[in-house]
Amino acid sequence: MAESTPILRIEDLAVHFPQGGGLFGAPRMVRAVDGVDLTLARGECLGLVGESGCGKSTLALAVLGLQPPTRGRILVEGVEGAAAGAARKARARVAQMVFQDPYSSLNPRQSVRRTLEAPLRLHGVAGSEIDDRIAAMLKHVGLRPELADRYPHEFSGGQRQRIGIARALILEPRVVVLDEPVSALDVSIRAQIINLLLDLKERLGLSYIMISHDLGVVEHMSDRVAVMYLGRIVETGDWRDIFARPRHPYTRALIAAIPDPFEKKRTMRMTGEVPNPLAPPSGCRFHPRCPEAREACRAEPAPQLETIAAGHRVRCLRAAELAPAGETA
Amino acid sequence: MSEPLLAVENLRIDLTIGGVHHAAVKDVSFTIGRGETFGLVGESGCGKSVTALALIGLLRPPLSVGAGAIRFKGHDLAQIGADDMRRLRGASVSMIFQEPMTALNPLSPVGRQIAEMFVLHKGATWVEAEKRAVEALASVRVPAPDRRAKDYPHQLSGGMRQRVMIAIALACGPDLLLADEPTTALDVTVQAEILELIRDLSAARGTAVLMISHDLGLIANMCARVGVMYAGRLVEEREAEDVFRDPAHPYTAGLIASLPLLGARARHGRARLQEIEGVVPSVTAFPAGCRFNPRCAERLERCAADDPAETALAAGGRVRCWRHG
Ligand SMILES: Nc1ncnc2c1ncn2[C@@H]1O[C@H](COP(=O)(O)OP(=O)(O)OP(=O)(O)O)[C@@H](O)[C@H]1O
Ligand SMILES: Nc1ncnc2c1ncn2[C@@H]1O[C@H](COP(=O)(O)OP(=O)(O)OP(=O)(O)O)[C@@H](O)[C@H]1O
Ligand SMILES: [Mg+2]
Ligand SMILES: [Mg+2]
Repeated sequence: MAESTPILRIEDLAVHFPQGGGLFGAPRMVRAVDGVDLTLARGECLGLVGESGCGKSTLALAVLGLQPPTRGRILVEGVEGAAAGAARKARARVAQMVFQDPYSSLNPRQSVRRTLEAPLRLHGVAGSEIDDRIAAMLKHVGLRPELADRYPHEFSGGQRQRIGIARALILEPRVVVLDEPVSALDVSIRAQIINLLLDLKERLGLSYIMISHDLGVVEHMSDRVAVMYLGRIVETGDWRDIFARPRHPYTRALIAAIPDPFEKKRTMRMTGEVPNPLAPPSGCRFHPRCPEAREACRAEPAPQLETIAAGHRVRCLRAAELAPAGETA
Repeated sequence: MSEPLLAVENLRIDLTIGGVHHAAVKDVSFTIGRGETFGLVGESGCGKSVTALALIGLLRPPLSVGAGAIRFKGHDLAQIGADDMRRLRGASVSMIFQEPMTALNPLSPVGRQIAEMFVLHKGATWVEAEKRAVEALASVRVPAPDRRAKDYPHQLSGGMRQRVMIAIALACGPDLLLADEPTTALDVTVQAEILELIRDLSAARGTAVLMISHDLGLIANMCARVGVMYAGRLVEEREAEDVFRDPAHPYTAGLIASLPLLGARARHGRARLQEIEGVVPSVTAFPAGCRFNPRCAERLERCAADDPAETALAAGGRVRCWRHG
């Protein structure tokens, strides 16, 4: 196959955190990320969704090289170890992050210029090129270059998020991680930032991993979507597959739970206990809450991610049976 | 029609700075009937939370009720004494606060804070109350509720704290529930369960609910009627379905068009989201005339000069806009 090397490939990635460690016995492990395989193509936006604590940010931190993996590999343009463990300087060009909260993620004592200049200097950019690149970047994110000497408190929330985006992009990283990039912003400002992120992706050929709880935003922005549950990917596919033809019962529950202003619907109710990441359920980790679970779903080994259609993969024993009528498994 | 449980009439909330009163909220009127859920939407800083705080008697300087009436079960909450208000609070009126950390006592285990509601308002013994507190935690889907009950607020994640807040607010089955962004820190699936819980409570006990949210989808699903606030004014008040299908105020229309709506991309391809120019003005700098006029794409000449009054719409509901005046 003549497929080009993905910009990012994650293989069997695991990040485990020791937790507590009582008076007796070894500490227990939180398996925040537990065997994740993912690829990100050049110029693609991969939406990453799943409930709080399922490991999305931990996965993102591993990609940024800020969280050493317990197991597995992260390859950037086919090269292993480009992020994890590498020197800070090399890491910075691999991946950068846009944070959720534009208020706390900017240093209040640094002007915009200082914020953008520091990484450039660290990478050997000097002289008038610094000013040129800062001015160009501010224009890219829709801020007037004259604003460079102002401080964060002089900007609105939307403007601050633009500065956060400029900071992430200034070194032209190969992967940009957006962790809830608009959830702290007001509705009307959200639209501005979403439009900006999509424009920049087109204009600069950026590749995004975007984490969001807002599935409307995910559907709007993503090319592909990965759904995580307790440290594992349970479904990935083209955005159309995930939103129009979700196959995993968890994905179905997620989509059914989104309130739609134009359609009043009773939401699908999940049963069972909210899972404890310290003691994940046996077999399929979703089985205690799954309306479709059978006895076999409790048993080890846990189901693998299986391809059900081109580019559409699901981790569910009953995936074939759950295919809607008229669709092949 | 029977009398509504809550009637807010021409409420004004003043922000007093250096002896000058600025109307942070002005001429806001709405009613909520028993078992009804009324939604309040609008951008950050529009006055949604201060309106709710006024209803539960928790405005603190520099904010105060400047004018108007808040009629509830034979009382005027705008005039009521502090002692009477304290008695109503928790038992008949309760609130799910936007910022759970400020509303929880950092020095008390969360189970005890819930139990206290049963002791204070229902005459339960502490032993009985602690048991009911664990049940209340389970009902808001806190895992291992018996263990969690012993935790202090700082030991819980944001989402867990929000659930504790909700358990406290729902504990005594209030007549009026003020829910200020009740589910923002929660996942969609847990959000759906909490909303279901509020819906069930409202249906079973006739609880009236004031639901405040940025999430228009959520509001449309939960509410029969919706009020849209902008810069301290109620600019539109309608049946929820009508607001979303056929918004009357340009601000409402802008809010709806700025949403990435689920399913829209599949149906029509990816359209650029509509942006509303500018930002919400601060309370001390509200513009003359219609407060939305500097940002409004449909501005008329008089909009900058005269403040539009409320107009009744033929299809029902009201709007504050010269295009309908
Ligand atoms: N440094 C750490 N030490 C110990 N446990 C951690 C650490 N970081 C994360 N965890 C745990 O790992 C799990 C995954 O956390 P993570 O922050 O990745 O979730 P998330 O999917 O980003 O959630 P959210 O949507 O709430 O941001 C959680 O159980 C969390 O408590
Ligand atoms: N304690 C206070 N002192 C001064 N101004 C205040 C105070 N509390 C609120 N305000 C101002 O009153 C206005 C209304 O605030 P409010 O908190 O009601 O907004 P909101 O609609 O709830 O916004 P959000 O969606 O962000 O919660 C804002 O302009 C705010 O800055
Ligand atoms: Mg996270
Ligand atoms: Mg508020």
